Amino acid sequence: MSTEVAPEVAKTRRFKFNWVDSFLWFVRVVAIIAITVGIVGSFQKFAAGEGPSAVAWRDLIISSISTGSMYGLIALGYSMVYGVLGFINFAHGEVFMSGTMVGLISATLLFNNGFWESNPLISIFVVLLVAMITSTLVAIVIERVAYRPLRGAPRLIPLITSIGVSFFVQYSFAGLFGVALRNYPPAPPRLAADLTVFGTTFPISGTRALVIGVAIVSMIGLWYFVTKTKTGSAMRAVAEDKEIAGLMGIDVDKTIVTTFAVGGAMAGVAGLMWALLFRGVDFLTGFLPGIKAFTAAVLGGIGNLPGAMLGGIMLGLFEGVGPLLVLDGLGIPGVSQLKDAVAFAALVLVLIFRPTGLLGERLGSEDRV
Amino acid sequence: MKNKRSLRFLAVLGVFSLVVAACGDDGAEFEAGELGAVTVEAGEAIQIRSLNAISGEVAFLGIPNERAVRMAVDDYGQIAGHDVEVGAGLDDLCSAEGGQQAAQTIVSDDQVVGVIGTSCSGAASGAMPIIADAGLVMISASNTSPSLTSDLEGTAGENYFEGYYRTAHNDLFQGQAAANFVFNNLNLTQVGLIHDGDPYTNGLTTAFENAFTELGGEIVIHTAVTVGQTDMVPVLTEVAATAPELIFMPIFPAEATFIVQQAGDVEGLGDVAWMGADGISVENFMNLPESENMYFSGPDTRFATNTNESTDLSGEQFLADYESEFGEAPSADFWGHAYDATTMLLDAIEEVGVVDGDVLHIDRLAVREALTAISGYNGLIGEISCDEFGDCGSSVISIFQHINLADHQASKSNILYTYPES
Repeated sequence: MSTEVAPEVAKTRRFKFNWVDSFLWFVRVVAIIAITVGIVGSFQKFAAGEGPSAVAWRDLIISSISTGSMYGLIALGYSMVYGVLGFINFAHGEVFMSGTMVGLISATLLFNNGFWESNPLISIFVVLLVAMITSTLVAIVIERVAYRPLRGAPRLIPLITSIGVSFFVQYSFAGLFGVALRNYPPAPPRLAADLTVFGTTFPISGTRALVIGVAIVSMIGLWYFVTKTKTGSAMRAVAEDKEIAGLMGIDVDKTIVTTFAVGGAMAGVAGLMWALLFRGVDFLTGFLPGIKAFTAAVLGGIGNLPGAMLGGIMLGLFEGVGPLLVLDGLGIPGVSQLKDAVAFAALVLVLIFRPTGLLGERLGSEDRV
Repeated sequence: MKNKRSLRFLAVLGVFSLVVAACGDDGAEFEAGELGAVTVEAGEAIQIRSLNAISGEVAFLGIPNERAVRMAVDDYGQIAGHDVEVGAGLDDLCSAEGGQQAAQTIVSDDQVVGVIGTSCSGAASGAMPIIADAGLVMISASNTSPSLTSDLEGTAGENYFEGYYRTAHNDLFQGQAAANFVFNNLNLTQVGLIHDGDPYTNGLTTAFENAFTELGGEIVIHTAVTVGQTDMVPVLTEVAATAPELIFMPIFPAEATFIVQQAGDVEGLGDVAWMGADGISVENFMNLPESENMYFSGPDTRFATNTNESTDLSGEQFLADYESEFGEAPSADFWGHAYDATTMLLDAIEEVGVVDGDVLHIDRLAVREALTAISGYNGLIGEISCDEFGDCGSSVISIFQHINLADHQASKSNILYTYPES
């Protein structure tokens, strides 16, 4: 029967005028025109000596990339869990927040006894370890308590559960740490100054260089782990098809825990980066970066690890540079308050042009049907 | 058949209710005005409510307000043999939605006469339509947005409703004060403005812009951040590109913290002067090393020798009472405003209340009229007179420079300018 219907469908598709498609084409054309006009406007402004200087643009791009690489690291956790279990773990932003919050305790202790100033790199490494361990533990506990009992339930159920877990973790931290905004100690002067390697000074502050460096190293480490190790292969196998992987002798539950743990560790690294970039943390710190990282994961192609990282960096650039480059060029006043709107509009536009994200989504066999 | 029977039933019911009504009227001279009245039965308490920002990041502002309301009620004592009850403190969440929700809770109890609140101007814009509609009055201790009252020249603001009063200053005063100070005392002419979209912050930057341009200065940029934003490098790049000499940002502590901490990363902001308003002249923001040397405008809080005429309490005594009851100094500057707002409301109730045996009738319209008529009332904040749009503040604004990170009181008494200039 189906073989008879198929040509019929193809025929209608060829000849029918489709309102949705033409509307999407309209949106694409308008978007391209608006973005082009905006960028040309900004360049004219720049050529006329108005607007931010070249140095300011460079700093803005560097700062956007460093924020973006933090989004990327959080996005890895969303992407990995989505690849393996097929649902969005909305509590992942809270896993990130728990890392920064507990890292703050160690940072404050190190600052109070002067170690922070005298040995900045070792101190930051200690804070990194504390943040990673906390985030990993929180991720594992969440998986064990909230998601494992729901294995096999329809996918909406763990999704809603993750929202509940997110609130639970947020308000547990509000209870433990209070609701006030607390600050990490300022980065030691040696680190906050421009980066100098072998006598050459680069136009990037040590903190931002460290953030970008840590992100690259983490990404390479994760890539090696997933593609070259046995556990990594098991993870990919489980992502492909849980049942078959189980039949092949892979411990599915253990592999899922590993996925959560690795995602949590990456969120912990992102927690340290937040501390270096923004310093201020409170119990709601995880919410917006969590949403942004989820956006980044979709932007890069959900389930795709390099896609998550690229999506994060692109999102950072869109929201950091986009308002000034495009909206300011269009003559819109007060563009910086539209930062978040630009970020989410960028997501919509990218999905209109490339519905599977920048690098394409990677789905398990169950999702491809 | 059915219709006829129900008609007859209705007729009987109508006659019966007439008889009951006639009997009820016997002996009562009190007649409610067009907004209705509250009848407080024997042994019952007069109900007022506190609606302040008591949770979240702006709790520093609402908590001292609510405490001052309770202290004023305790100090005032009974009215015509009835206690005054504040009930559980309501939360305005510092947002229009929060104000709206709490207002709904308040008006669902028809015994409530008036409300002391809200803390945030944004919350008042959500609460007032409901409060006004129910015939209540609301007196705010810390709303300063011009849109809630008037432009001080006889035109009502877009969010003005009858029944709204405030003891806080109108931000047109504060904008004028800040503009005068920057232009005349600091001799700066290029200013950048940052608000966060809230009626308080936006109202104040707009007031500043108008006053400053009038004086002959130039606003080089008037931009905004969003509440909850943490990455301030883009907005600071935008601001730095216009090369301001001073940045005035009357916003709240969380966003202001991220701004001053990230300003060092942005080229071209090294020599710029910073100025904030009463929203950030608070403990946790003033503890930041980056806040040193900043200028802050806000209500003049030198209330020590002022006395509230209803309770005979002085500002000095208030602070001592507060300290002994709560173990800390008030965390924001509007405690005196909240105390006076409460005693004004209680005075108005006492003035218009009609005693009928053990029962007290309070006419809602009369309460509004009594508040509008207030003139020359001596409160903790100074002499209070209400205008027809509910502005009752004494409107003295002072500007200080934060010179001492360790001792905030020393910084707060380092007053460089007072408005109106005397």
